[in-house]
Amino acid sequence: MTEFDCRKDFAAELVALARQDERIVAVCNDSVGSSNLGGFREEFPRRLVNVGIAEQDLVGVAAGLANAGKIPFVCAAAPFLTGRALEQIKADVAYSEAHVVLCGQSPGMAYGELGPTHHSIEDLSWVRAVAGLDVIVPADPVQTRAAVRWAAASGRPSYLRVPRFKVPAVTPADAPFAPRRAVLLRSGDDVTLIAIGSLTSRALEAAERLGAAGVSARVLNLPFLDPLDEEAVVAAARETGGIVTAEEATISGGLGAAVASIVVTRHPCPMRILGVPRVFAPTGDTRFLLDHFGLSADGIVAAARELLGHG
Amino acid sequence: MSGQAVGGHTVSGHALLPADPAGAREYRETVERIRAGSPQAAADELRRVSREVRRSVVEMIDRAGMGHIGGDLSVTDILVTCFYGLLDVDPTRPKLPGRDRFVLSKGHCAAALYSTLAHCGFFHRAELATFLAPLSALNGHPNRMKVPGVETNTGALGHGFPVATGCALAAQLDGAAWRTVVVLGDGELQEGSNWEAAMTAAHHGLSSLTAVVDRNRLQQGARTEDTTRLEPLGAKWEGFGWEVRDVDGHDHLALLEAMSRSDTGKPVAVIANTVKGKGVSFMEDRVEWHHKVPSAEQVEAALAELAR
Ligand SMILES: Cc1ncc(C[n+]2csc(CCOP(=O)(O)OP(=O)(O)O)c2C)c(N)n1
Ligand SMILES: [Mg+2]
Repeated sequence: MTEFDCRKDFAAELVALARQDERIVAVCNDSVGSSNLGGFREEFPRRLVNVGIAEQDLVGVAAGLANAGKIPFVCAAAPFLTGRALEQIKADVAYSEAHVVLCGQSPGMAYGELGPTHHSIEDLSWVRAVAGLDVIVPADPVQTRAAVRWAAASGRPSYLRVPRFKVPAVTPADAPFAPRRAVLLRSGDDVTLIAIGSLTSRALEAAERLGAAGVSARVLNLPFLDPLDEEAVVAAARETGGIVTAEEATISGGLGAAVASIVVTRHPCPMRILGVPRVFAPTGDTRFLLDHFGLSADGIVAAARELLGHG
Repeated sequence: MSGQAVGGHTVSGHALLPADPAGAREYRETVERIRAGSPQAAADELRRVSREVRRSVVEMIDRAGMGHIGGDLSVTDILVTCFYGLLDVDPTRPKLPGRDRFVLSKGHCAAALYSTLAHCGFFHRAELATFLAPLSALNGHPNRMKVPGVETNTGALGHGFPVATGCALAAQLDGAAWRTVVVLGDGELQEGSNWEAAMTAAHHGLSSLTAVVDRNRLQQGARTEDTTRLEPLGAKWEGFGWEVRDVDGHDHLALLEAMSRSDTGKPVAVIANTVKGKGVSFMEDRVEWHHKVPSAEQVEAALAELAR
């Protein structure tokens, strides 16, 4: 299966938009290379603002640019963007309703061997805790491009998690891309697998394996983690035997927590939440770490079988 | 987690790596020769150690296929000067309360730190072969729970300096004589947290704190002065209440002199003028070698240059 580096799609879409809309600017932190902004800089050198290694300044400056009518795309490694500048994200962007697009690059454990300082597994919990911020987690190139276009036009603050770990294309041609709209990737009624980002293709693979063993698994993908598709979650809880969520993020506060809070209040059903447990990862590359934490087709299959009592 | 074999060597998982007593003995003898000998003999010895550290950095990055080679080579002489010429540390007892504290704030240069620590006997040199391998103690950025000699987990830039300031403050509170050295990248100085720490340290008169700036004039994507200007850098430190010393960051004896204790009651900033990629001609002062990985031929050429 062909796998794609969505950073290329992110950068290409941003350049295409910038050609049409001169309000679009890119803001980065010594990250022109790692955010794939070389092409943007070549075409729009004056519209690329590199503040240096200074993430708090980065987000504050972006809020100021937005105040004066620009549409800043802040491009920085996700751990430093969300971790270092969280209060700027809260106060200057979300609370002040500044139309800033926060683009977390190389999220999850994409920086494998560089270790926990460079892993961004807390970002989803952190940004979900901030009011007024849309949270978008693209799963493939199509969703990455759609996310860039949507965020540029939304007029609202958003956090966009730009994948680095290579992923296959998963989005069907007629799939919706909008807040509160899940993408149905596979129908099924025994169990529902809900996955975002890099785990989406792994969930599909798990569903295939479950299918071969006679278990019919529905697969939902939620490109919008916030605001998410409550009705699709409730339907899954009602119509299938339970829900397994999977994300490349800590289990404290991300997709699993978001789905669980809907499930417990509207239609309780058995759930399993797959993500990074509350530990700092050991040394290893991304693939090794995903497998290490059971964030694999095998891990999803095992969780689904256990949930259904097939042990 | 128990050990796991990687490349014929057992990786230690979560435990703190054990010391290498033979390596530590050799380190103590070398340190005695350096600190008691003539300046010429000391300089020769320090240069020899730096050469060895640089060679193992190149080998580690070659094996791992990843690393920050430019900054590793620019900071090597600073690391070697600190550990061999200055710091009072015992590699076999890395948690001794009265030890000097060393913080590498530019944690992306972990390979140079690991190589230096292994040469000192904090752990066995064979461990260096596991750099970045699954479950190795030697992560891409240093972890104090796994690697003896590491005081705090760095890697996110702009963290080491406040922590080092806290160490120095504790020594001051206790009336203790040990000192603290923090090594900063020059690009790293763009993080505001550094200047908050600079104010705190000056305000408290932390004269036992030394901040060494690896002034190689390059950051990840460009020259510092083309990204966000740092100059006049010395005047900035002075303005923040620090005593400033400007030196050649590849001259071990000059570094030693610059890191000597101050009697002004102020903390000391050493601006160590360095060359990123130092020692490998085709890497020197070239931005792309921030984290480029050398080819097999380039590794061979680099090791040949570093043998001289
Ligand atoms: C908070 C934070 N932002 C960004 C990075 C990514 N990064 C790693 S090294 C580096 C450049 C560092 O330049 P400098 O401090 O001059 O180090 P050196 O030249 O010695 O390698 C950057 C931007 C990081 N590690 N931490
Ligand atoms: Mg530098």
